[in-house]
Amino acid sequence: MSDLLYSEVEEDLRASVRDLFKDRAEPAALIARTETAEPYDLELWRTLAADLGTAGLAVPEALGGHGASAREVAVVMEELGRSVAPVPYLGSAVLATSALLATDTSQAEVTERLGKLAAGTLIGALAVPLSTAPGAEFPSAVTAAADGTLSGQVRSVVDASVAELLVVPAVGPDGPGLYTVDVSSAGVTVTEAISLDLTRRIADVTLENVVAKHVADSSVATSALDTALVTAAGLLASEQLGIAEWALTETVRYLKERYQFGRQVGSFQSLKHRLANLYTDLVNARATARYAADCLASGDDIAIAVAVAQARNSPIAVHAAEEAIQLHGGIGMTWEHPAHLYLKRAKSDEIALGTPGRHRAALAPLIDLPA
Amino acid sequence: MTTVDDLKRRVADLLAAYPPESTPRQDFLDARFDAGLAWIHFPEGLGGLDAPRSLQSVVDKELAAAGAPDNDKRRIGIGLGMAAPTILAFGTPEQHQRFLRPLWTEREVWCQLFSEPGAGSDLAALGTRAVRDGDDWVVTGQKVWTSGAHKSQWAILVTRTDPDVPKHRGMTYFLCDMTAPGVEVRPLRQITGEAEFNEVFLSEVRIPDAHRLGAVGEGWKVAQTTLMNERVAIGGTEFPRDGGMVGVVTEVWRERPELRTSELHDKLLKLWVEGESLRLVSSRLRQQLAAGAPGPEGSAVKVAFSELNQAASGLEIELLGDEGLRYDDWTMRRPDGVNFLGREAGYRYLRAKGNSIEGGTSEVLRNIIAERVLGLPSEPRIDKDVAWKDLPR
Ligand SMILES: Cc1cc2nc3c(=O)[nH]c(=O)nc-3n(C[C@H](O)[C@H](O)[C@H](O)COP(=O)(O)OP(=O)(O)OC[C@H]3O[C@@H](n4cnc5c(N)ncnc54)[C@H](O)[C@@H]3O)c2cc1C
Repeated sequence: MSDLLYSEVEEDLRASVRDLFKDRAEPAALIARTETAEPYDLELWRTLAADLGTAGLAVPEALGGHGASAREVAVVMEELGRSVAPVPYLGSAVLATSALLATDTSQAEVTERLGKLAAGTLIGALAVPLSTAPGAEFPSAVTAAADGTLSGQVRSVVDASVAELLVVPAVGPDGPGLYTVDVSSAGVTVTEAISLDLTRRIADVTLENVVAKHVADSSVATSALDTALVTAAGLLASEQLGIAEWALTETVRYLKERYQFGRQVGSFQSLKHRLANLYTDLVNARATARYAADCLASGDDIAIAVAVAQARNSPIAVHAAEEAIQLHGGIGMTWEHPAHLYLKRAKSDEIALGTPGRHRAALAPLIDLPA
Repeated sequence: MTTVDDLKRRVADLLAAYPPESTPRQDFLDARFDAGLAWIHFPEGLGGLDAPRSLQSVVDKELAAAGAPDNDKRRIGIGLGMAAPTILAFGTPEQHQRFLRPLWTEREVWCQLFSEPGAGSDLAALGTRAVRDGDDWVVTGQKVWTSGAHKSQWAILVTRTDPDVPKHRGMTYFLCDMTAPGVEVRPLRQITGEAEFNEVFLSEVRIPDAHRLGAVGEGWKVAQTTLMNERVAIGGTEFPRDGGMVGVVTEVWRERPELRTSELHDKLLKLWVEGESLRLVSSRLRQQLAAGAPGPEGSAVKVAFSELNQAASGLEIELLGDEGLRYDDWTMRRPDGVNFLGREAGYRYLRAKGNSIEGGTSEVLRNIIAERVLGLPSEPRIDKDVAWKDLPR
């Protein structure tokens, strides 16, 4: 039976991540930062990834990580959802790291890169559109020439704006392959896009005859890419839980403070029931996110657990963020109030790594409910 | 400290002494109770071993694997889920000895005499009177919507003992003998056609003071324990993946490809996902309970469970099309328990409507979540300091 509760170690980890975000990612500063030349907070990233060691949680100790599991990473993701801190955790610690971990890690190139990713001293990104769903066809946007150089364009790559290393799926003369590319290499252009999500950016990556290292071929490349996407999708459900939790907590707090018609707005039953519904959603989101994290950790039942968690938590996070805005009234509509950061994150997360509809469709054959 | 091995040994001993193939069902249940393997978290001598509740599944699995009989939870649900934990928490040693064994072994079935025509959601408004007379109490009043009263030997009963104080303070809780003179049970037919619940008339029913549960005037506190357990009993029910009401619909989907449409497919998948997440929530609830930290999730689970049952049974009818226009049987019956799966789609659809009313309506549960879990302000109260007899009704 899978363990759906949080362990003490996980609660301790949560407490230190939450403290960090409380000190260094408070909402007004986040909003101010979104309009500067440095939308990511790389100082905060270093503390989170390197000092707290969260970048290497799921990486084995032999490869420079902490030998924990997806359960612990999920707790970090929950806190990321609760704070929408602008750090490249999803792109680097989850997507790029999971992809490399699923290749032959005894290769010198992979060992070295993973060590740095796990230590938080190297920022990576996986060169696929953030909307790519697990189980999607192997991308052919980038091609590998016979001499091993890569060319092509990939749009909407999460965290690419600050990445130093790209993990690139590309199709070569021998079929699919996975490559590593230094962003500083000749021929690499990263063009920042204007993202809907202000605190997690996407960028378009263009490669022109770029020198790359080949780290996996055909079947390994395909399965490594899928592992990365499945892992990230499953963990994203925990971030969505964090978003919903923030939205509910803040809205409850506000409705207790705000007076209209001579009473606390939160004493009106029509609002209380909407919040009770959000709470009911949250209880569900927590159970599915915990189950997905536990399955990713144990290796059991991953496909169903991840599809269920994504199909369920995406809409819950969006709905919670939308309710937060509505129930904050005019204040909820302002740039100054952080609610919009959460709505933008929630709505982007709904598309990221497969929409709820895609995940339901993926579920159908797994549970023997054909169309 | 009871260990898994310890439990397995006890189960093996029980099975050796009472081989399921040759032991009559009732005898086996008695022996299981006496071995402390009924509800292992109960005290020793009362069907348990003072063991962690989380290990109950070890016992249940071993016994099921050996083909041992079990009690019928559908038939004794109210006794198991509501009466037993309340009796355990508030009962005297004599009451523990007298009531828990026949309750668990199914020799005595229980019902819940709470709701009245004038007091449903506002249970504390109830007016059934209990007046002290020597060693007895004399009870008069009317209860309603009493599930299973027609097959019950005992009832948990809340009454008014002091009309001169505000409603929450003047109630007293009793264990009522349903075969006592003055108890009259009349079937109350419901929208499904059958009479699963009843009206119960209490006319000068004598209840010995020894059957009072908790102190005089403390009935509300005792009733709270019953209600809390009621929600956990509903929300914490274990069911398998693709099971419950969703399972019924998926079975139709699989067996009847000609009924499939793409619109219904997406609806079905949404429900399946909700069903799976509810399964995980209730499994999380049980893990919390076993870890000794029951969360406030019980009310939320009950709300979600009702909505899912209603949506799934509604979808089943829609999926069946023409066949959904028919009903299996309107004959008035008085069933032993609720049997969703044993009847047809129309019955399920209609019976599921009760899920959001019985055990606290969804509206009232949302109030509870908002006020007790989220800490939102309560509605302005006009009845707080008014004596029960002066309340508007
Ligand atoms: C199938 C079934 C089995 C039952 N079995 C039993 C049993 O065994 N024993 C027993 O004692 N009772 C039983 N009941 C009764 C059940 O507990 C009550 O019906 C329930 O508590 C609601 O009370 P009511 O019917 O008086 O509705 P009312 O309280 O009159 O409510 C009417 C409507 O008003 C809403 N409402 C009431 N108060 C509020 C509020 N404060 N805020 C917002 N909305 C409110 C309700 O949600 C409902 O929609 C059963 C009911 C059903 C349907």
